Amino acid sequence: MNDQSKIITHDNLLKFLDALRTSGKDLYAPQRKAQKTFFLPVDNVQSIVFDYVQTTESPKALLFPKVERLISYEYVDGQVQVMDHAESRKVNECILFGSRPCDAVALKTLADFFSRDVPDVFMQQRHDALTIISISCTKKDENCFCTSVGTSPGDTTGSDILLTPVEESRYYAEVLTEKGRALVDALPEYFEISGPVEKEKYVAKLENVFSSEEITRRLSKAFDDPMWNDASLRCLGCGTCAYVCPVCSCFDIQDEGNNKRGDRLRCWDSCGFALFTLHTSGHNPRPTQSERWRQRLMHKFSYMPEKYDLLGCVGCGRCSRACPVDMNMKEQLEEIVAEIKAI
Amino acid sequence: MQALHIKAKELLESGRVRVIIGYGEGSSGRVRPVFIRNVSEAEKLVWDNRCKQNLAVYLLKPEIKKIGMPAIVATPAAVMSIVQLISENQLKNGDLVALAIEDDSVTEISDDVSLETYVQSHPVIFPPSVKEEIRTIAEKSLQDRLKYWQDELSRCIKCYACRVACPLCYCERCITDVNQPQWVCVASHLQGNFEWHMNRAMHLAGRCIECGSCTLACPVGIPIGLITIEASRVVEKEFGQKPGLRCNAPSAMSTFKVEDVETFIK
Repeated sequence: MNDQSKIITHDNLLKFLDALRTSGKDLYAPQRKAQKTFFLPVDNVQSIVFDYVQTTESPKALLFPKVERLISYEYVDGQVQVMDHAESRKVNECILFGSRPCDAVALKTLADFFSRDVPDVFMQQRHDALTIISISCTKKDENCFCTSVGTSPGDTTGSDILLTPVEESRYYAEVLTEKGRALVDALPEYFEISGPVEKEKYVAKLENVFSSEEITRRLSKAFDDPMWNDASLRCLGCGTCAYVCPVCSCFDIQDEGNNKRGDRLRCWDSCGFALFTLHTSGHNPRPTQSERWRQRLMHKFSYMPEKYDLLGCVGCGRCSRACPVDMNMKEQLEEIVAEIKAI
Repeated sequence: MQALHIKAKELLESGRVRVIIGYGEGSSGRVRPVFIRNVSEAEKLVWDNRCKQNLAVYLLKPEIKKIGMPAIVATPAAVMSIVQLISENQLKNGDLVALAIEDDSVTEISDDVSLETYVQSHPVIFPPSVKEEIRTIAEKSLQDRLKYWQDELSRCIKCYACRVACPLCYCERCITDVNQPQWVCVASHLQGNFEWHMNRAMHLAGRCIECGSCTLACPVGIPIGLITIEASRVVEKEFGQKPGLRCNAPSAMSTFKVEDVETFIK
């Protein structure tokens, strides 16, 4: 990959992004709103921010939007017309800029999860149209634990281009895929060929506090552990953790419409809600928050790895930062290691 | 804080309460709700200006009720919520001990009269920025106001953190969760978000005690409390009743009087 390693200055990076923005592609990058950081469509590259540890929401909506229209029907001239959006829609080329390496891993996990068994056309279309330019982490905070779940602050997995900030407002650019190469080849004037760069010197150092394999092993014996009740007492049962999570992928299919027209929609859902498992009979197999909190942990660290060989967490820490009652994922995982006996 | 620790120990030791709902040290310099059940843990309780979340929300949580008689470290807003919850028959005299803290002295408030006296002398005062925000929005033209809320509510992800953080949002089955038939749009598109927040505003009109916990809880930074605050102000203006002040006040929005003048019926 050495011939694909380049250097780009900060000024040229903004020019490069501006050129991408005006090329007809959608460009999403971190910007501030309500004192938080979101991936928003870029109108002006000057409004892109670079000084965040992690954005408030993950970029998962670019693959898995909070509302996805699947089919529509319309009553026209005495005839019902049904539109299957998997066939009829055109997904515009999209560039995600400023995701962290953990986000790129998460988007890959999300795409892999939706392509098992019957591949999901909606996800696939969006994934095919997405090019990911990530930035390595030079900062971290106490909620980060990527190295404990198999990724790292400079991980290239899932990114098409990975930029690592080096000295003098410059970035070391690793062009990793055909998609990444296509962007750089179309605008070569902004890049310089680079010699070898010792990336590790520049990225954040994050201590490995546990191994996800260990968590998976311990959870297999933890279903009836009394710990869940205490751990979840303050959990209020909102969907914040699931909705800011880049990997959480539960959804609910909803029909909206009337006798003239309507849509079938795929909407985000969360295992933290009581309604999520409420049966028609009125019975709820997860009657209290304790079972729901356990489900969240089990799904990510036990069921997903065991059934699909995928890990449901990339250690981005968003759930911990966003939780209104300070449910802390890293702390909970450390407790599992400390309190639940391994096999 | 010492007085709080002493009081907590005393309450637990005497068996008068089973759990103290309070604030403890959390992660990243935050405080978090804690549930102290043993004397040995009493010193985990924290009281300082970070303690803003309205803990009254836990008084109705089934898992907490199961533990037994609670004491609650109560901000003025939490006491107001308790009064409002009593007026709505969700709590009654003797269900809890509220611990009000001032200058490191702790006062127990548990009967209706002392709760009412306390809220009279400790009005909930929100920061000047909130007043300013309300004024700025109120001064906008109807169209600009709509645009403002469209912009804000488009960010809503329907995580319902506003609902769960609110002590007055206690319905066992929220209208938005009633799905046979589905009354409120589930999808988090703009229309669905408006439907949800309008429903919440209507249900909290005249009941919101202005604690701001919903705004604090919103992960995407929507100042969502402004809607319910304004709705309650309208009820106060129209019906002369402010929530959270009297334990036996009828609810303005669900009480009918024959002498009510209904000028809106044409």
